[in-house]
Formats: sequence, structure tokens, C-alpha cells
Amino acid sequence: MKLNYRIVIFALAIIFGITFSLPSLTQSEDGKKITLGLDLQGGLHMLLGVKTEEATKSRIKSITASIKHFSDRNDILIDGLSFDENEISFEVLDEDELSRFDEFFKDIEGIEVIKNMTAISLSLTSEEIIKTEKEAISQAIETIRNRLDQFGLSEPVVARQGEEQILVELAGIKTQKEEQRARELISRAAKLELMAVDEDRNARVYNMSDSDAAEYGDIILSDAKNSEIKYLVREIPILDGGMLTDASMGFDQNNRPLINFKLNAEGAEVFGDFTGRSIGKRLAVVLDGKVYSAPNINERIGGGSGQISGNYTVMEAKDLAIALRSGALLAPIYMMEKRSVGPSLGADSIQASFVALIGGFVLVIIFMMVYYRLAGVIANIALIANLFILLAVMSLFGATLTLPGMAGIVLTVGMAVDANVIISERIRELIYEGKSMHKAIEDGYANAMRAILDANITTLIASVVLYAYGTGAIKGFAITMSIGILASMLTAILGTHGVYQMLESRITKSKNNKLWFGIKG
Amino acid sequence: MEFFRYTRTFNFMGKSKMAMFLSVVVVLASYAILATKGLNYGVDFAGGTVVQVKYTSTAPIKVMRQALKENKLFTNASISEFGSPDEVVIRMKVSSGSVTRDIGDITREALKGTGEFTIRRVDIVGPTVGAELKEKGIMSLLLAVFGILIYVAFRFEWRFAVASIVALIHDVSIALGMVALFAIDVNLDVLAGLLTILGYSLNDTIIVFDRIREGVTKGRNVALKDTINESVTRTLARTTLTSLTTFFVVFTLFMFGGEIIHPFAFTLLVGVVVGTYSSVFVASPILLWFGFDVKNYHVKLANKVKREAEKQKMRDQFDGGIV
Repeated sequence: MKLNYRIVIFALAIIFGITFSLPSLTQSEDGKKITLGLDLQGGLHMLLGVKTEEATKSRIKSITASIKHFSDRNDILIDGLSFDENEISFEVLDEDELSRFDEFFKDIEGIEVIKNMTAISLSLTSEEIIKTEKEAISQAIETIRNRLDQFGLSEPVVARQGEEQILVELAGIKTQKEEQRARELISRAAKLELMAVDEDRNARVYNMSDSDAAEYGDIILSDAKNSEIKYLVREIPILDGGMLTDASMGFDQNNRPLINFKLNAEGAEVFGDFTGRSIGKRLAVVLDGKVYSAPNINERIGGGSGQISGNYTVMEAKDLAIALRSGALLAPIYMMEKRSVGPSLGADSIQASFVALIGGFVLVIIFMMVYYRLAGVIANIALIANLFILLAVMSLFGATLTLPGMAGIVLTVGMAVDANVIISERIRELIYEGKSMHKAIEDGYANAMRAILDANITTLIASVVLYAYGTGAIKGFAITMSIGILASMLTAILGTHGVYQMLESRITKSKNNKLWFGIKG
Repeated sequence: MEFFRYTRTFNFMGKSKMAMFLSVVVVLASYAILATKGLNYGVDFAGGTVVQVKYTSTAPIKVMRQALKENKLFTNASISEFGSPDEVVIRMKVSSGSVTRDIGDITREALKGTGEFTIRRVDIVGPTVGAELKEKGIMSLLLAVFGILIYVAFRFEWRFAVASIVALIHDVSIALGMVALFAIDVNLDVLAGLLTILGYSLNDTIIVFDRIREGVTKGRNVALKDTINESVTRTLARTTLTSLTTFFVVFTLFMFGGEIIHPFAFTLLVGVVVGTYSSVFVASPILLWFGFDVKNYHVKLANKVKREAEKQKMRDQFDGGIV
């Protein structure tokens, strides 16, 4: 027996395989481990779309609100301030004051102003619309990520997929309730608006239709607790949630949960101005299109903080505070794809595929031993080493093991012995041809090499394509297949060659081809 | 143990016409099934919803149907047993866009009162995603075939490449035909299965081709037909063995791998059998029919060797300082 470089590399590879696959196999606390895919551990996978056109609409609405505030603050009389999906229009009553708007417009990015005498119309430039839509997506990703980070699940995945889709993956969701909560938190617009109640007409609200209200520049909103109660509020909000800096859960005098919020300096100023002007009137606190409260304004409110009270449970209030704090979604999101797997199903899948893996493995091992005798044993050692290396590499890369990935491992077991089958057949042939043992082994490997390489590379091509075009769980299959193939080149070709070289003198001496290669002669 | 010991060459190519006839019939039958019965696209490609429900005892499918009837959303929903009598799968062609209340939630509400159950899996695929996945799936198949074609043409010769691609098309066609015949849901995993078949079948074909290439380059003046026969015979033991080991594992996967992995394992099961057959009886005869020119190949090889030798000579001269 003598050592050679091949056997040394093989031994090192086995040590590497065992060392780095142990953390995954023993599920120890430390060390890099294979993560289980959502289909195996249970969890929620969602692909979300963003209704970006809503972002432009809300941008126009917020510009309108700032025009209103600007004119109120500077006592510029304007008339007919209104907006639709594309355009804001109004008229300045005093021609001399037209110029005062120029300075103001200069500070607003990406708008196009058309003046016709005293009538002004504003629209967003097309670049601005594209920019707003793009921002809506990145902002949605950022916001959802912020919200989920505070939700308390380990390692939520929120990523952009393609140009305008958002991938959300939540592992370890245990119950349906938890899933529901997560979905509500993600999709909540959390759009806070402070709006003025139209006190002149509010009494008639129950007799008004939406179009009646629109005529006065108002909209009808219903109460959050009791949808029978309606409010008539000015369509242009005083403030929106963009000026919110903080939100947290608190309790009122009766120990019911509520939400405290704070506005930034600009918001506080707008809020102060408005309340100062509107003493005796009501202010509607509107969240996602519902009126949560409409307190009377008794005095000018400075400092810029307020409350939202509703019939919340502590959990709801907490989630709402998270949603407000991480900012409103500029545009609503919708579901394009959802895959949710319960933890019990995941456990069943692990068990089933494990049984298949062990079953297939044992069959292959026994077959190889019966067919090739000691050559089969050597091939089996390579096969086991292959599995360890596969697990080790996956652990090191923190790769995800999915159900198709498990299938990939099972398949690797079947196909990894192929190299050894080819080599063993070649060696047998050469022995029959009467070659010396040394020549039979060396030529056997040399002859087999080309075929094995070509065959493996083509399989790799298919795997790589599968990885590039596959999604989610299928990627897992491509990963295990690819690593399995690469590892098999190391173990089945290099490793077993080393073993034969080490044992060569023994094999030659024994002259027992039946024992070593399972053939007579 | 030995299945085949090489003592004499089997005349595979003599049987190739019969084999070809069989192949053509089976492939045409597959296309007929595909044309009449069609593929049963699952949610991944068609879009829609799958809800997997597990009851604590036998699932009351009749009661469930009755319960679902109340909501128009569930017209055309199909309920079928999934692996065990306790477990069922509800398949629907509709999907929903709401994040907070989706079809899964509506199904849960509708099934209330049908017994004690848990919803174990909800797959909702919207129409855009379905179309996208389909497009990507077809692209991936084409790309894989193309990549393989180029590699084989580069490593062997274009006729080898074309022959192996014909064999691949043969395999994938039959596998698809079987998938259609048994009304297997075609989802992403079946696509993965098809791609694996591509890799696997090609693996087999290349081992045979490698032998043919070897036989041809040895330069004996033997007819191509005999070289092919000898190569196929010599690799027969390997072909059978590897197919067997792969068949073992795929079969255990099919039997014990669980209901979810079933379509994938089924596709592979068909693929392993057909792929083995095709490497012997489809790819090799085609090579023969394309009239792979042995003499020409020899000339090419000889030229290549000459060029290499010349290069080497130049290099040696250069290294030796003689230019």
C-alpha cells in the first residue's frame, strides 16, 4: 500500500464533507447550516404587484394639498382648486398675485405649469410619472421590509423580482392566524390623512350622493367603527401621512389601546395653522379611507402630535403602529402569486423524501456490492463521500434545500455511481483482454474519462439552464444536481482512482478477480 | 456478477428499422394523445388555485362539494383525493388579487362545518405569473437543447449533435405523451423532470457515442455499421446498470416520495426507460443514416494531429532559439 496524491485529496475531501455537513446533520446551534425551503419547513411565499398608477394619483393629491395650504397661509385668494388623475387646476383671483406662485412652484419637482390668464393647470411631467412609479415600487419594498422586520419572524425575505414585482418569503409561519396577520401588515396602506369636516354641509350628508359631494369639493367617508355613520369632509386633505415621523401604541384613560403619532416640523406648522383657523370645527382623522375620530378643535394645536383611537386589540394597535411608523405604501399592492405550506405538510414531505432517499440509497449500495464486489464497495465509499460533500457545500453556501432539491439528491445517488460503473466496465474489459492489473486500471480510467466528462458536462448544462429559468423550489433541484455532479467528479473519478492505486499491489497479488471486480478469470 | 459479457457483437443496427418503426409509432401516438387529450396544465402554468385540505378522518367529499356550491366562485372547482382518504385537493381555475383575503381564506370559510380540517397548502397563481412561467419554461427547454447541441457538435461532430437531439425530442415527446395520457398535472416540477430527462438521456447517448468515436479513431477499416454495433454492445452492460440504479432511486421516489413529488417522479420514470432505449435504438441508427463519413473524419483527425505536430515543432524551435 502506498499513498498517492489522489488518495490524499480524496481523504481531505471526505474530512471536509463530514466536518461541514455535521452542523446540518446534527442540527447544532453553531456552524453554517443548510436552510430548509418553505416547502419543507412551512411558510409563506408571495409575489406582489404594485398598482403604480395609484402613486401618481396620490402625488397629485398631495401637491394639491400643499397649494391649498400655501394660498391659505399667504392669504392669496384662489378659486376652483380641483384635481383629477392627471391634472390640478385652479384660478388666481387677483392677477397681481400670480407671480407669487412662481417661487412656490419652483420648489416642486417634476411639474409642468400651464398658465392661461389667471387660470393655472399643473400636471406631472412624463419623467416624473416614471420616477414616481419607480419610487413607489422601491418604497413598497422598503416599507414592507421595515414592517416585517418589526413583525418578529426570523429572516423575512423581501426582494425585488424583475422590474416591478416584489418577492416576499416568510419562513416559519406556524399558524393560519399568524399568516393572516402578516398579510394584513404587509398590505395595509397605512395612509393617514387629516381632513377638515365640511361643517356647512355635513348635516345633509345622509341625503347626498358621491357626485353631489364632489360638486362642493367634498367626499363622503364612513366611520371606522360604524359604517352607518358618515362624514362629509373636504376632498383636499390638510395633511397626509408623509409628514409623520413616529407612531406608537399607547392607552387612553380607560386603558384602551390607541395610537400616538408625531408630525415633522412642516407637518406641525400646517397642522398648527389649520387648527388655529378652524376653532369650533371638526378635524377628521382618516386612516385608509375611514374616519377614526372627528374631534372638535377647541384651540390651536401646536407641537404636531395626535392620536388615533379605535376599537383595537393590543395586537392590532401594535401592528398598526408598525405600519404607520414604517410609512404608508405610496401605491396599493396586490397578490400575483401565493404559495403557502403548513408546517405539518412540510414535515410530511421531509419524511417521505427521506424514506425515498434512504430506500434508493440502500438499493443502489446493495446492487453495486453484489454486482462488482470490492469494486462496488469502493464505488459505494465514493457515493457516501459524495453525499457528505454535497451536504457540506450546501451548508457552506447556506443553500436552501427544497423538496425538488431532495429529489435532486435522490437522483444524484442514482447517477453518481454511473461514473464508477463506466470505469469498472472498462477495467473488466481490459482484464479480459489480458492486460496487467496496472495497465487495466490506468487505461480503464483514461478511457472512461472522456465519456464521463462529456456526459457530466451536458447534464450540467441542463442544470444550469434549470437554475437560470427555474423559480423557487425548482432552483433547489438545479443546485443539488449541479453540486452532486461536480462532487461526483471528485469522488468517483479522482477518489476511487486513488483507492485503486493504493491497493494495486494487493489486487495484483491476490489474483482474485472475482473478489475485486466480480468477474471470473 | 455479470449481465453481459462481451463475447460477440450484437447486430443492433440490423434491428434498427424495426426499432425505428416502433419509435415512430409511439411518438406519433404521443402526439395524438397530446392533440386529443391535451396536457393537463396545473396552476403554475395555467394560473388558478390549489387548496390542499386534510381532515382528521375520511374527507367528506360530497359534503364539501355541497358546501362549495353555495359560492359562485367555486363553480368548476374540482375536488379529488390526494394520497390518502383524509386528504383532498381542491383545484380552481380562478385566482384572487387581494392580499388580505384570498381564495384560500374564502375556501376555509366555505368549508366551515364540513368537519375538522386543516388547510395544509394554498397555491395561488395569477394569470400574468402563469403566462410568465410558461414562457420561461418553454425558453428553458429550448435553451437546454440548444446548449447541448452546441456542446456535442463541438466535442464530436454535427451529425452526432443532430442524432442526439433527435433522440432527446423522441424522449421528451413520449414522456409528454404519457403525462397527457395519465392526466398528470403539468407544473414546474414536471418541467424540471423533462429537463432532467434531457440531461439523463443525453448522458446515455454520449457514453455510446464516445465509444463510437473511439472505435472510429482507432482507424481500423471497419464499416461504420459494425463499429456502431460493437460500441453499443460494449456499452450495453454500463447502459443497463446505470439505468437500473437510476430506475431504483426514481422508483423509490415514485413509491415513497409522497404525493407532491409524484408528477416529477412519474416523468422521470418514463424518461429513464425511454432514454435508455433511445440511446441504443434511436441515436445510433440516425448517426448511421446521416451517413457519418468515417474516411472524412479520419482525414480531419489526421490533419488535426499534423497541425498539432507542426505547432509543437515551431514551439520547440522557438524555445531552442532557432527561428
